[in-house]
Amino acid sequence: MHPVLKLAAQRIALGCLLLLAASVMIFVGTLVLPGDVAQAILGQSATPASLANLREQMGLNDPAWQRYFHWLFGVLQGDLGTSLSNGRDIATQIGSRMGNTLFLAFWAAVVAVPLAILLGLVSVLYRDRWPDKLISGVSLASISLPEFFIGYVLIYFFAVRLGWFSSIATIYDGMSLWEKLNAIVLPVTVLTMVILAHMMRMTRAAILNVMQSAYIETAELKGLSRFSVIFRHAFPNAIAPVVNVVMLNLAYLVVGVVVVEVIFVYPGMGQYLVDHVAKRDVPVVQACGLIFAAVYISLNLVADLVSIVTNPRLRHPK
Amino acid sequence: MSKELEYFARKVVSGLMDRRAFMGRAAALGASAVMANTLLSNATHAQEPKKGGHLKLGLGGGESSNSLDPALTLSQAPYNVIAQIGDQLVEVNPEGGLDNRIAEEFSSSPDAKVWSFKIRQGVVFHDGTALTSDDVLKTMQRHSDEKATSGALGIMKGIESMRAEGDLFEVTLTDPNADLAYLMADRHLRIQPGGGIDDPANGVMSGPYRIVEDEPGVRHTFEKFADYWDDSRGHFDSTEILIINDATARMSALQSGRVQLANLIEPKIAELLARAPGVNLERTEGRGQNVFVMHVDTAPFDNNDLRLALKYAIDREELVEKILRGYGTVGNDIPVNIAYPFFDETIPQRAFDLDKAAEHYKKSGHDGSPIVLRVADVAFPGAVDAAQLFQQTAQKAGIPLEIEREPGDGYWSEVWNNKPFCASYWGGRPTQDQMYATAYLSSAEWNDTRFKNEEFDSLLMQARAELDPDKRKALYSQMSYMVRDEGGLIMPMFNDFLDARTDAVAGWVSNPNGDMMNDLAAVKCWQA
Repeated sequence: MHPVLKLAAQRIALGCLLLLAASVMIFVGTLVLPGDVAQAILGQSATPASLANLREQMGLNDPAWQRYFHWLFGVLQGDLGTSLSNGRDIATQIGSRMGNTLFLAFWAAVVAVPLAILLGLVSVLYRDRWPDKLISGVSLASISLPEFFIGYVLIYFFAVRLGWFSSIATIYDGMSLWEKLNAIVLPVTVLTMVILAHMMRMTRAAILNVMQSAYIETAELKGLSRFSVIFRHAFPNAIAPVVNVVMLNLAYLVVGVVVVEVIFVYPGMGQYLVDHVAKRDVPVVQACGLIFAAVYISLNLVADLVSIVTNPRLRHPK
Repeated sequence: MSKELEYFARKVVSGLMDRRAFMGRAAALGASAVMANTLLSNATHAQEPKKGGHLKLGLGGGESSNSLDPALTLSQAPYNVIAQIGDQLVEVNPEGGLDNRIAEEFSSSPDAKVWSFKIRQGVVFHDGTALTSDDVLKTMQRHSDEKATSGALGIMKGIESMRAEGDLFEVTLTDPNADLAYLMADRHLRIQPGGGIDDPANGVMSGPYRIVEDEPGVRHTFEKFADYWDDSRGHFDSTEILIINDATARMSALQSGRVQLANLIEPKIAELLARAPGVNLERTEGRGQNVFVMHVDTAPFDNNDLRLALKYAIDREELVEKILRGYGTVGNDIPVNIAYPFFDETIPQRAFDLDKAAEHYKKSGHDGSPIVLRVADVAFPGAVDAAQLFQQTAQKAGIPLEIEREPGDGYWSEVWNNKPFCASYWGGRPTQDQMYATAYLSSAEWNDTRFKNEEFDSLLMQARAELDPDKRKALYSQMSYMVRDEGGLIMPMFNDFLDARTDAVAGWVSNPNGDMMNDLAAVKCWQA
């Protein structure tokens, strides 16, 4: 078997094990939270009688391990179960929420990733001169501000004062692509500002690292232009660490944007998960947790494979 | 006098005068508050509602775990949803009386034990079937069934039997209850075809709008139900509820005109919002209450002097001013106020009195160990700050109050109704009887002060069966004094409901029973 394929297979197997471990941890985590789902659903209006009824109805009286394995076999057959709190099919609900999350993440990535890499290259080109300092200063400032603050500032100026964009990014099926894009302008801007600095700084550092090498000096001595040296010769060797950081940020865009979702009222996975954690809706929390873990693990897998493929030394191990 | 008042009322309706000023003028002219209110709502009705248009509501209090099953609704957004798509037998109106809805009329036997409701003919459900007394019966049966886990289960308890015959729906009670019709106005009791037994969450009911899209926690859209029986409701062609739980996002949506109505306005920004152009703050003096509850059967709270010491040591005026920013009224250690029918307004207001607090504290002989008050911000907005203010004033009286912050998660299961002294809230009930029966009757499951008093219980039963208003008022007064002077309730303030609307919406009439015109804003308002 080709060593890269073998490596990939190993990674995927390891990923599956990790997923399983994550599912156990999430389950245990939901068990140690105070109160159970029946209590959380009924809230202040819970009475002992209604609590007992609801627990009975939801099968909460079975032992925990039994519930866990019951759920796990369901998932393996593609059945995520039904939500305890509103009795709806989880897979259909998550489907549309996941679609929304990916939609937002996709457009944020489309804007942020090329921009970050371009700015990183420009920084190296003008290293320690004002463009470099300006880019670093602005992007570090925007990563240092909490995302809710940036969100509110943008809402105040662009939605309330100027009225250019909508402060509510709710998207739904009946909207055209153009309407959807128009709705998510502000959240995409916020997310771009939040993840830009990380990727930009990493691109800059990785390229600068390569720039110390002897072959770069050769390229320079050949009389190549500075941009061509950076883009054609230095950048390919700096791809591995950059891809790693890009993947981490993409994972963040999928699983970590609940604050942005709340501020802009965006119907994504984060809000969905938080609502159901508050209700102790274990099947939904499990399903979301599993999907998030899968996203993280697979994106990291991609990052690993990309660094192997782009590095001949790893591609042909002795 | 009435000509002048009518003139003022018209001014209010056309927006030239605000409601508060109107009530002031009315009082100056010697009209009672109730009369002035009626006049005002008549004037509002007199303005011809405009048909058509699309209404967008930005509501907090909705989650992706919400259901369309009326039995399971517990927060603002789903309450608004079922109020648009469903109808009750009767409804509590802004003046505190009952309006007939699905019931065309109702009456009781002289002993208030048997109640009969005449079901309106010609009402159809959204699926085209006609509403019959049998649907009403089945709906009530479902909510009385323990398995349905209905929020209305508690109030269905006193029913012995129910039956439906022709257009008649009849309820027989185990004990007389002069307020039964009010119980039927509970917001969970929306009539569903076949009682909703087969599919409680399908959203098919008989309201003025029918549900089109239902994405819990995101948005709900509705369209006008063409066959609705009552022309005075449902003026918009279509409506839409957007769930916006973040208060700042809700405000910016309102200010930028993306929504026309918003609920749960935070007191701290209400003042600013009221000044914004094109936006109106709607303030409703209601029955919602922010409270501290002590278990009267647990030391050290089993000592009435200690309880009184704590009651005197709280500065209610300051709390209303600082926590509610003035959008509320001071409480008097009883769970009811002037908004309730048969309320005795002569009960003296308990004042903030450090000397009395110190005196009672000394008399209680408390050993000086810290008195722990448990609190979390989910108890009511600003609960932690309120507890700190309470702690400061208590210290001045020498009472060693200690605050323990609890996680908001699990607060209602681990702390409230469990620990001896904590912060909480109550939403209020339509009648005094319900409020007392829910939380102060010895056998009540939500008796969060553990107040158990046989005399009180028998007074409550007596008042419930009493049809003579004066006697009833006297009985309730007697009970209020008992709770006030012996109970475990420290009641600093009643909070107002704060909603906001843009100028694009007309026909607003506040209803003290709940926010958003008691959930009927989308049903009763129209396009300006």
